[in-house]
Order: sequence, then structure tokens, then C-alpha cells
Amino acid sequence: MVTLEDYKGQEPAWCPGCGNFAILNIIKRALTELEIAPHQLTIVSGIGQGAKMPHYMKCNTFNGLHGRTLPVATGLRMANHDMLVIAIAGDGDCYGEGGNHLLHAIRRNVNVKLFVHNNQIYGLTKGQASPTTTEGTITKTQPFGSLSSQLNPLAMAISLDCGFVARGFAGASGLPFLKEIMKEAIRHKGFALVDILQNCISFNKVNTFHWYKDRTYELPDDHDPYDRISAFQKSLEWGDTIPTGIFYRKDKKSFEEKIPGIKDTPLVLQPFSFSDAKMEISGN
Amino acid sequence: MASEYTIRIGGAAGQGMQFIGGLLVRGFSDAGFYTFTHQDYMSRIKGGHNFYQIRISNHPISSSRNTFDILLALNRETIEIHAPEINKSGLILYDSEIIKHDYSQEEFFHVPFTDIIRQLDLDKVMSTSVALGAVLGCAGFESLLGFETIISNFIPVTTEGVIASQVKAGQAGLDYITKALEPSRRLLPIGQPEKDKDFLFINGNHAIGLGALVSGCKFYSAYPMTPATSIMLYLISKAEKYGIIVEQAEDEISAINMALGASYGGVRAMTGTSGGGFALMTEGVSLAGITETPIVIAEVQRPGPATGLPTRTEQSDLFFVIFGGHGEFPRVVFTPGTPEQALSLTNKAFHLAEKYQIPVFIQSDQYLADSQWTLEDLDTESLQYEDFRLRGSELSNTDFYQRYSLSENGVSPLAIPGASKHLVVVDSDEHDQDGHIIEDAHTRNMMVEKRYHKKLPLINREIAPPILHGYQKPDIVVTCYGSTFGVTKEAVERLGAKYKIAMLHFSEVYPFPLRDIFDYVDMLNTAKTTLCVENNVSGQFAQLMRMETGFEFDARINKFDGRPFGLDYLLGEIDGYLRGL
Repeated sequence: MVTLEDYKGQEPAWCPGCGNFAILNIIKRALTELEIAPHQLTIVSGIGQGAKMPHYMKCNTFNGLHGRTLPVATGLRMANHDMLVIAIAGDGDCYGEGGNHLLHAIRRNVNVKLFVHNNQIYGLTKGQASPTTTEGTITKTQPFGSLSSQLNPLAMAISLDCGFVARGFAGASGLPFLKEIMKEAIRHKGFALVDILQNCISFNKVNTFHWYKDRTYELPDDHDPYDRISAFQKSLEWGDTIPTGIFYRKDKKSFEEKIPGIKDTPLVLQPFSFSDAKMEISGN
Repeated sequence: MASEYTIRIGGAAGQGMQFIGGLLVRGFSDAGFYTFTHQDYMSRIKGGHNFYQIRISNHPISSSRNTFDILLALNRETIEIHAPEINKSGLILYDSEIIKHDYSQEEFFHVPFTDIIRQLDLDKVMSTSVALGAVLGCAGFESLLGFETIISNFIPVTTEGVIASQVKAGQAGLDYITKALEPSRRLLPIGQPEKDKDFLFINGNHAIGLGALVSGCKFYSAYPMTPATSIMLYLISKAEKYGIIVEQAEDEISAINMALGASYGGVRAMTGTSGGGFALMTEGVSLAGITETPIVIAEVQRPGPATGLPTRTEQSDLFFVIFGGHGEFPRVVFTPGTPEQALSLTNKAFHLAEKYQIPVFIQSDQYLADSQWTLEDLDTESLQYEDFRLRGSELSNTDFYQRYSLSENGVSPLAIPGASKHLVVVDSDEHDQDGHIIEDAHTRNMMVEKRYHKKLPLINREIAPPILHGYQKPDIVVTCYGSTFGVTKEAVERLGAKYKIAMLHFSEVYPFPLRDIFDYVDMLNTAKTTLCVENNVSGQFAQLMRMETGFEFDARINKFDGRPFGLDYLLGEIDGYLRGL
């Protein structure tokens, strides 16, 4: 049996009151409930406060570069599709620096679960606007207010026909629901985007814990996630009310399933015959 | 009897130079001749001016000439550009119906390719076969050199009827020469080489791809970029047979990170690009450095800066590849000069990348990438394969595992994640032995010590010294690295009749070779005159030599017009310098 103790890592170095603590705890619970052992999982992360998460857990880890989580995760999945791969990134990491990789990871439908710690601000670099910062927000680097419009990652993913698009809230009230979303994302066979709203206690004085708590609600049971149009409509709702839950789903073949060479055996388990390969030279 | 000829086929992109050239080369080599071809093309799909040059010889050759014996001109521009480079008693073949001009000078000979096709009632695309037959006739051949077999091998999807028509067209071209060109104007036949040689055909990129394949490369990710793309194409052609995944990434940043992800996952991985793409990869090189993830990177150069001359050649990224990437970590850079070296060094690259868990580079250029060599064989004896990863029962029987455990030689066991209960944790931050993020000075020092001080001397011992070719106690040494091997070798061989001269060629340039086996600096110091030949403007190799050894060459021969060194040009440059002394 897998227990929470199996996932216990270093003491986190986050600010007290950071939303990351709740996400860390709930990921560990989701994994434990799914009976996934730490060695069966690799967390690929980039750079940002949220990206330090795998150090505060215990599992296979590739903590790479800012924005580059998804290419590493994609390469790893192609090498070993028996491995559960979760990508942990922030809003700056995967919507900004790594935006191009996100588009193409969705297009590939590589079986990677992307959990985005979205606090609508840059925390690690101390308070600059991120792609999801509300337009007009004044920061040290945006003294006239953030001039660019706010990215809507869910609407973007649905427009790209991403097979699993969800949003959660990392406040106490939202955690049980977030855990179920994470578990569903892990069960989904294909790329899954879970955008997680969290507060940044140090740098986001607008979108605070209470700001999110007062606005978020769970999508009702009659929301049909297989209806792309209504999912898209729901994804546009942002303001006084912010829906959470699984907005959109589509079951389709994953990238790995479409690669003929790894249909039966993961690449890493396929033997290499040096003598056969050398025949390629003599028979050249 | 002649010993060699150069045939140049020029025209606009899409006129069939590749087709004619490809068939001629195969015909010559099947008939036992050595060939060396290089291509010069513009960055466009149709039109422009391109040429395909074939040197055919009855002895081994390794470079291109600057002049030609037969020019097949498929457009007027070809004549305007190339006519001055004709050898004495050379011929220029053209069809006045295509060129819309008649030439009366004696080196010109009109062959009515289009009209012959009309007479035979064949598709006009087959005029290329008429031209091919005519070229063979002019070069003193009496037959089509097994054209039928070659064409059916060369064009995989073709019907018997098409082959028969092509052969008919080719024969008509040959017959026309026999009939219309006085024997005295035809070139003397080339003396037949030794019989029964089975030649291999190979270019630089093909050799790199083959090197990857025999080294157990299982994953190649890249973004298409001339002149590196053909490595990717080669591996795709072998992907199914050898279980290789080749993925076209969305950009070069992704390409290198995917390869690192796959390598972390436990398979041998590679990426390839040219200078502009490598610019995007540099942070990934640094990531490979700190995470100690094995990776092989092919950097096939073209002239910069920026887009530069996209389809041409230069050796201007040596420093970029040696120093590209922030921070300090060991790496290896190989600069093969021939397809044999490209094969063996790609193999060595995979070996060292995994043995020492470092990035290893194969640096080539458009000239080596696209020049076709005929080789009698490729050495497979010296190739090696050793799996350095910790896997299977050896891994599961390990009690305690840390990805970055400190060891005597700085190399920590490289385990496969997921293959056992042991966790494999890697981090782009400075980390402890477990792979977890740290900031303390002591651990930092231990890790730098491990990566740099412990591994680097061992890596340096693996680097082979340069090759000395020619006089073993030379008065004159011509130094070069990478793709200038073939032309410098031939130049030095020819000048050997006149001077006590030798070539010093470096194919393993970084870390700079040690001097205990062969003290090349001592040899250079003993020589009277030392030259350094480079296909770049700033003499990067000469600078590297000074930086690493303090040695300064007497003179540098640099070429940076985007074209490779031809044999005649280099002979002139070296001889001109030596005469001026």
C-alpha cells in the first residue's frame, strides 16, 4: 500500500501562507489514493516557486529549465510510456516562456499531465506581470499597468481540442474537488491541462486567497464535458464568478499510441543488437 | 589514357542535375572508378543557379577540383559562370534549343537533347537521360555503364516501360556523340582501375546517421535546418528496422530538451542542427552539463551570421560549439574530416557521452554533409558499444542509490527511472548527491569538483592526437581540422614532390589533445614553416591552438565566401605562400 509517508520530502522553502502547500498536499493524496508508488512516477518541472515542488516530495524528478517542462516530459514519455509523467509549472513557466511547447504538446496529445500553479503573477522573480495577470495591473515592471490582455488558458486549450481541460482552486474549500480533478486527469489517456488557481501571498495583492474563494464555484453536474461549445462558453466566464471543474474532455489516441515502434514495448525496454546494427555498414 | 576528369553539371533548380549526377556517379563507381562529388545549390526550390560536380579517377581522391573537363550546361547562366574554368581540351555540352544561343568556339558542342527526345517520341523529361548518355560518350565511354540496373535501383518507384525509355534515351545520347563528335575532340578514356572493387557511397551526414545507428541511438529529435536535415532523414529511413524514434520538434529548444528527456528515460538520444538552431539549444547544452545527462549533438555548419548563406559552407562555429552554454562543465567536440571519421567519431561520441554523462558534439559543415565519397570499405572493427547505464538486476539489487553519489572518478551510476524502487532525481539547480536543490557552498564545491576536476582529466585522456600525413619530419606543416582534411591531404601529397611537407589534421579538438603520445607542438616548433587552413575569416582553430598551447602559426589561409576549398585553389595558395618566402 502506498502511504503519504512514502512521498515525504524536504521541508518546503515557500512563503508561509503560499497556495503551493495545499497543492503539494493534495497531489500526494491523489497519488496515494490511486496507489501510485513514487518510483512509478516522474515529475518534470521547470523554474518558479511551484516548480520546486518535486524536491518537497519523493519521486523520480527532472527539474529542468524555465519553460521547458513539456519537451522533457514528451521525450521521457517516448522513451518510456509505462512511466506516469506529471509536469508541474507556473503561469510564467508554461504560458509565457514555454508557450510554444504547450501548443505543440496539446497538438501531439502526449500523455502528460500538466498541473499549472496559476497565481497570475511572477513570484520567484518578485512580482512582475505574468501572461495571466489581469490587464491594467500595476507592477514594478508594468508601471502603467499590464498592457497586454490576460491569457485564458482554458479557452486556448479547448480551441486546440485538448482532450482534458480543467480548473481547480487551491483553497481549503476547493481541495477535495481539486483532488478528484487530478485523479481524473491522471486516469485520462492523453494530454491533460489542469489550471490551478492559487494565491501568491507576497506579490499578488489583487487576486488574493479570498478573491478566489469568493468567486470560484464547481461546475454543476449537468455540465457535459464532451460538449465542446458549452465547454468553450464556460471557459469564457471570468469575473464575479469563476467556474472550476472538468470543462472539456475528448477521448482520442495519445501520441505514444500512434508511434508504431513502441506499440508493444516501451523504447527503453527494447534491446539493441550491436552486431545487427553493424550489418547496416557492411550491407551499406 | 587519362587518370581523372571533372564533370560539372549546371542549371536551374528542378532541371535534373541531381538525377544526372546521381546516375553518373553510380555508373562510374559500379565500373570501378573512384568518385568525389560536391554540390553547390542556392536556397530556392526552383530556378537559380546550381551545380553538381563529379570528379572521377582511377586512384583514391578526397577533394574537388576548381576546373572541369566536361561542362553540361542546362541553362545559359551556367555557361556564363563556368566557361572560364575549363581545362585544356575540355568540352561544354549544350542544347541550343534550350540555351537559345549558338556558340562557335571549339570547346562548345551542341547536342540536340530536346530534338532527340522528339524524334524518339518520348516524354521530354527524358532529355536528361540523353544528356547523360552524351556526357559518357564525351568522357570516352563506349557503354551506358549498366544504366538499366542503376536506374531501377536509383528510382525505386518506376515501371519497366519507364526504365526502357530512359535507357533508349541514354543510348541515343551516347550514339549521337559517337556519330557527331570527331574522336579527336572526345576526351581520352580514363585508365581502368583495379577490378572487383565494391564501393560504398557515403556523404558526411549519412555517415553521422550511420554512426548514430550503430551506437544504439534510439531517439533523435530535431527541427529541420539545412544542412543538418539529412541526418534526420537518414535515421527516419532506418527507424522502423532498428526501433528508433525520430521526432520533429516545434523548435530547437524543444529538440534538445526532448532528447534530454529521452536520455533521462534511459535511451541513447541525439539532436542535430546548424548554427542558428544551435543558438537556441545552448541553454539545453548547459542543462545537460549540470544534470550530467548524456547527449550527442550534431552541429552541421553553414555560413553565418544569422541566416548567412543558408545552403553553403563555412567552419565558423568552432568557438560557438566549444563555448556555447552558460556555466562551466566538461564537453567533447569532434570535427570529422571524412565520412569514415564521421562514422567512427559519432560512435565515439555516444560512447563518451554515456561513459562520462556529458554532451558530446559532432561538428561538420555543408561541404562534408553533401559531398559524396566512394569508399572501398568502412572499418567496423574499431566501433564500440558498451552500455554504461545501471539497469536490470544490477539496479534492482542495489541497496542504496543516489543519482549524484560522489565517487573516485566523478562518474555516478546512471540508473533508469522506473526500473526499480530507486528514485532518479535530476536538477538544473545545484544539487546534493540525491539530486535535490541546495545552495550551500560546501556541496557546490563538491559537485563542481566531481563534474569538472575529476571527470575532465579522464575525458582528456580519451581524446586522440592529430594525424600527421606526409613527411614525418617536415619542413612545412599545413594544419587543418574538420572538413578541410581531404583537400589538404591531396594538396600536401602533390606538393610532396617539391617540398618536405606534411598535413597535421585535428578531428578531436576539445578538450584539446594531450601531447604525451604525439607532441605535435614540438613537431610544429621544429618545422621551418607552419600554415593553418580554415574555412572561416577569423582563424578560430589557429586561435584555439594559441590559447591551448601558445603556438602561433606563421600564416593562415582563410576562405569565407561560402564555398569549399578546391584542390587547385588550395595548391595555389600554399605554393604561392611558400614561393614568396
